[in-house]
Amino acid sequence: MSAATPWTVAGIQEALRAKKISAREIATEFYADIDRQNPALNAYLALSRERAFAQADRVDVAMACGEKLGPLAGVPIAVKDVISTTGIRTTCGSKILETYVPPYDATAVSRLEKAGAVILGKTNCDEFAMGSSNENSAYGPVRNPVALDRVPGGSSGGSAAAVAAGLAVAALGTDTGGSIRQPGACCGVPALMPTYGRVSRYGLIAFASSLDRIGPFAKSIADAAAILSVIAGHDGNDATSAPVAAPDYAAELDQPVQGMRIGVPEEYFAAGIDSEVKEKVLAGIALLEKLGCRRVSLKMPHTEYAIATYYIIATAEASSNLARYDGVRYGLRVPGATLIEMYRHTRERGFGAEVKRRLMLGTYVLSSGYYDAYYLRAQKVRALIARDFSEAFQNVDAVAAPTAPTPAFKLGEKMADPLQMYLADIYTVTGSLAGIPGISVPCGTTQEKLPIGMQILGPHFSEARILQLAHAFEKAGGFTI
Amino acid sequence: MTISREDVLRIAELAHLELTPGEIELYRGQLDEILNYIGKLQQLDVTNVEPMTQMAFTKEVSGLSSGTSLHESDFDLRDDVIKPCNIADAVLDQAPDAAKPFFRVPKVIER
Repeated sequence: MSAATPWTVAGIQEALRAKKISAREIATEFYADIDRQNPALNAYLALSRERAFAQADRVDVAMACGEKLGPLAGVPIAVKDVISTTGIRTTCGSKILETYVPPYDATAVSRLEKAGAVILGKTNCDEFAMGSSNENSAYGPVRNPVALDRVPGGSSGGSAAAVAAGLAVAALGTDTGGSIRQPGACCGVPALMPTYGRVSRYGLIAFASSLDRIGPFAKSIADAAAILSVIAGHDGNDATSAPVAAPDYAAELDQPVQGMRIGVPEEYFAAGIDSEVKEKVLAGIALLEKLGCRRVSLKMPHTEYAIATYYIIATAEASSNLARYDGVRYGLRVPGATLIEMYRHTRERGFGAEVKRRLMLGTYVLSSGYYDAYYLRAQKVRALIARDFSEAFQNVDAVAAPTAPTPAFKLGEKMADPLQMYLADIYTVTGSLAGIPGISVPCGTTQEKLPIGMQILGPHFSEARILQLAHAFEKAGGFTI
Repeated sequence: MTISREDVLRIAELAHLELTPGEIELYRGQLDEILNYIGKLQQLDVTNVEPMTQMAFTKEVSGLSSGTSLHESDFDLRDDVIKPCNIADAVLDQAPDAAKPFFRVPKVIER
């Protein structure tokens, strides 16, 4: 593995303006690294060189003409393959969309480009973002750049691996039950899930609509804040996007964190957590105390019901959202004598094992006779989990906890046991169900040098605050604690 | 055992999935294990708990009482106005079998 490319958002802005390098040269450098490293990592599924160089040239021309550059001018960014990009194949990691080329851009993508960013390509992920290891991709697993025999986490494994390996300065991922934060923890990079509604999902190919969110991976908190400032904010094309103004998160990073009350829920340190993860995250929390935060012990009694609740709600929504893949309008069609036969052949051939499993689970919990016992009950428990957080936030400013119970596991280790795989999300699904924002920050490594992640969760629309905490943590050396 | 072979076949039919004999048994076992785990929700008393049916941006859900200036009117639905977008051709270009302006499918009406 070559040394990670040391570019940051601020570093690129400075270098471009000082005419030390052009945006085209930066993109060329990144593509050279990708060509060298991607065969081993499988982080990218598609590269968009033509579009990237056209955009880089626009930045360079603007610079030469003395025009004002956007805040992300020339910054190479990767985009998870569930997010639509005009003219760039978008597969969702599925055979059923193997040939699909979207006719429009997701709002998050068009906002990035409007700010000057250069979209390098599309990153590998679990099929339709369903998975915690990236092994459910129809295009092969991603390997963790830190340890090639380990998973990068999932479902946004390609985005996390690309940033960790220096094959992009930042990346967009999506989080439904932990799919940004958990791979961020596994690969050792900051990873932010914004509040539900904070970032437009127009152009995000849906998995579970009451949970899906788009957010950034980056090497530093400052870079994550710079990306969020660009993609956040209301969008008329997404009815679920919140009409709440987005601040300049980067400008607010250095606000003091002294006196902030950090809730530490005991349920997140109970049985099942790896001892090294526990030790490092507790050390991370102690560092926050050293920075002047006050630790407050908490109880969040419904935590143990979160996985069950999540896998009912997410699969129910998926069974509805994925009904659209029927071979009629786009993607794969496998012929059949009748319309129904065509649907069945297409879906049998097009979907992988985990997607089928979740579609069946979701169909079951919504089916006549089971709806009240499963789906309706899960919606009620979801309200209780959300209440655990809203009650906690009456007394604390943020909650700190491990991102995942273990470091990255070995490829193949959990593939035969879906329930064990689901339990990898045990600390992340709670924030997803509650709709609140959370960031996973690197928090040291195990003795085997595997990254550990600590997540900081805050109330709805408190991204500025959790970024401030994460930034203070980074500056105090928390990432390598 | 929560789920039978017949249940699996019925669900697969509802979800428009075909399963091989091997998949039927595999999924039966796995779904059974998952449903048994999910069954732990039955332990909770949810009397008088309102279901959280969506993540709507009411003031209450957003928790914006402190520090953010938001008005109820910000959460009003937008006007239902048609905006032409002229994308039919681009959309149909993605179709496995298009006869513009239509998608073509196997015959569904017998006469």
